[in-house]
Amino acid sequence: MSSVGSPIGSPSGTDAAALTAPGRGSFINDPRNRAIFWQCVLVLAVAFLLYSAIDNARTNLAAKGQVFGFDFLSAPGGFDINQHLISFSSEEGSTYGRAFLVGLINTLLVSGIGIVLATILGFFIGIARLSTNWIVAKVAQVYVELIRNIPLLLQLIFWYNAVLKPLPNPRNALSFGAGFFLSNRGLTVPEPSFGPGAENIVYALIFGLLFAFAFRHWAKGRQESTGQQYPIGLVALIAIIGLPLLVFFFSGRPVHFDVPVQKGFNFAGGLQVYPELVALLLGLVLYTAAFIAEIVRAGIQAVSHGQIEAAHALGLRQKPTLNLVVIPQAMRVITPPLTSQFLNLTKNSSLAVAIGYPDLVQIFAGTALNQSAKAIEIMLMTMAVYLTLSLVTSFVMNIYNRRMALVER
Amino acid sequence: MSAVTDPSIPTPEIPVSEARSFEGYVSAMPVEPQVPPISTTGFVGWLRAHLFSSLGNSALTIIFGALALYVIWGFLSFALLDATWTGSDREACLAHSGRELGACWPMIKERLAYFTYGSYPIPQRWRVDIIFVLGAIGLVWVLWIDAPRRDLGALYFFVLFPVAAFCLLYGLPLIGLPVVDTDLWGGFLVTLVISSAGIVAALPLGILLALGRRSKLTVVSIASTIFIEVARGVPLITVLFVAKVMLGYFLPERFDPALMVKALIAVALFSAAYMAEVVRGGLQAIPKGQQEGASSLGLGYWQSMRLIILPQALRITIPGIVNTFIGGFKDTSLILIIGMFDFLKTVEVAVEDPKWATPVSGPTGYLFAAIIYWICCFGMSRYSRAVEMRLSVAHKR
Repeated sequence: MSSVGSPIGSPSGTDAAALTAPGRGSFINDPRNRAIFWQCVLVLAVAFLLYSAIDNARTNLAAKGQVFGFDFLSAPGGFDINQHLISFSSEEGSTYGRAFLVGLINTLLVSGIGIVLATILGFFIGIARLSTNWIVAKVAQVYVELIRNIPLLLQLIFWYNAVLKPLPNPRNALSFGAGFFLSNRGLTVPEPSFGPGAENIVYALIFGLLFAFAFRHWAKGRQESTGQQYPIGLVALIAIIGLPLLVFFFSGRPVHFDVPVQKGFNFAGGLQVYPELVALLLGLVLYTAAFIAEIVRAGIQAVSHGQIEAAHALGLRQKPTLNLVVIPQAMRVITPPLTSQFLNLTKNSSLAVAIGYPDLVQIFAGTALNQSAKAIEIMLMTMAVYLTLSLVTSFVMNIYNRRMALVER
Repeated sequence: MSAVTDPSIPTPEIPVSEARSFEGYVSAMPVEPQVPPISTTGFVGWLRAHLFSSLGNSALTIIFGALALYVIWGFLSFALLDATWTGSDREACLAHSGRELGACWPMIKERLAYFTYGSYPIPQRWRVDIIFVLGAIGLVWVLWIDAPRRDLGALYFFVLFPVAAFCLLYGLPLIGLPVVDTDLWGGFLVTLVISSAGIVAALPLGILLALGRRSKLTVVSIASTIFIEVARGVPLITVLFVAKVMLGYFLPERFDPALMVKALIAVALFSAAYMAEVVRGGLQAIPKGQQEGASSLGLGYWQSMRLIILPQALRITIPGIVNTFIGGFKDTSLILIIGMFDFLKTVEVAVEDPKWATPVSGPTGYLFAAIIYWICCFGMSRYSRAVEMRLSVAHKR
């Protein structure tokens, strides 16, 4: 249809259309003209919808005596947030803008920790599903099928209301030793305090990381050109963990752990992780890990068995086969859906609102919205945050995919 | 060996024990195979191969076996062995001497109608029952691949059934059905209404969006892409919040839809974006030759889509569509956050009722809800897996 290039099809105005016989050669039947027409219709329809929506909003806002604008962000909020990593209090007159920041940081915090834990657990379960040990594989399979088919919200409410809330008070808290306590105030852990010279450890860690990456790059290059292999894992371990430890001891052990003790009705010292955060993390990690496990399993199974047999035929043992043949190819399959699971976890962290963890949605789209009645502005900002996160991720992923894609002849 | 197969030499009839008698250098008969060691066959062999193949594996078996037994035992003793089965209020479910606290099933039994209908007026509940039956018929008709006249089934499920459902559930005073306000709907009814209406609206919308995204018309493709990416980039909760607090601003003042309608629109638009990506995957899997063949037969764009491309694309996307539906079904539980009484919310309300307030009312209620959700979602995922297997068989030939 689109490739009909009949000589009379060339548009020459309505006169020509009137002169030619009715049929595919006429002006209105020219695919190009039709395309332009329908696109104009769509643009007009969208423009009309937008215009009437904005017009309605203006009328409705005026009727309620409100003005559209982001000035409220610098106005004092008048509410408190229990978990704030940057200072926030109604007495100091912290603003709505700062509430937005607090919520954003809390969302990023729970997403960051959740992603790390869910990835570890998910890989573990995914590999367990492929285990030759029958009971390990079955336990992993039952876990996946059980968790995936129950709504996350129900799981969150369960962890919060049925597990964490009925826990004993701090006086009778469950103790895991080494200063870890679980009570109805949440999880209490030893709090690290940093003395002078502690920054050296951070520098050592950064240097160790950089060195490990550089070494890995160099070793891979050597391997590709000479076939010689180097203990990358061991060197990386020493550089990333050993070096900071060395610095830690040489600079006079500047990091102390403030171990909490049960004292009266509460804990003295230590870091208090709120039960909301614990419940949210439990729910998110267990739920996402089930999905990641399936991705990992599918990715490993996607590497055809011939690859493993060929590696064995070349004389590679089990471990190098896994490291050099299976995992690199499986990662190519695993990474894209894995990132979308990371995004899902970030988006799902907004369920925090159901159990009262002060994330972006709970604080900003909940409390701040109710206080300021700036529904449009707040919802736009909230959605923009999530949208930015996912667009940035998919942008990075596209670059990664292009680099990782199979180079075919 | 050749001595045995050579017909010219008669094979001597000798007992097995004398099989080692030699003719020259070669044994006259092959040595009887030995019975495999007992440890490699049968149940013991299976155990050794699958559970105790090495020291590490044995340790794993013991750890995971103990874990599994612990969880199963905990579940069984809570849900069955220690459970309370009869009673009329919380007294029955409180601790009795010498017994652990178990699930409080009479609470669930008493509230079962509430979980199903919410606050739907009791004398009108037969209308909901009819809809459940009609819906089940439609579902079987559409999902059962060998069912007769599935085109009629689709018409029934996607056109007739929604109309009937609206008339029966909401009411039509014209034919003597009093109006039941959507605020009174609740329980599993709302969960089903939101998720199935979401899917019924999302599928056609998703198909349009998928076609739009692949369209050669730049404006159409850009508009579809923006919509899809925005809807997929934000959490459902924010969309529901928008529907609840923001949508009202953008509509004319005299036009204020019920919360149920707003939630429906939000869920439908949200799932349409996900549906669009599933359908797009199906469209991309159709070879280009199909479109070219359709064009060469003189079919226009819509004709070729309707008759050639979409039937093939939708067929292979049934598993994806069902998976999207499972996600949507689980996600409908979020509407409780904007204050609607879906199934999960009714369970929460029942759990917090002082009449049944015991330490086990929470776990009991959540266990019940989890079982219901699990049965629904697991059933659907089994179905989608079965369809997938069938389709892959058809493709393998």
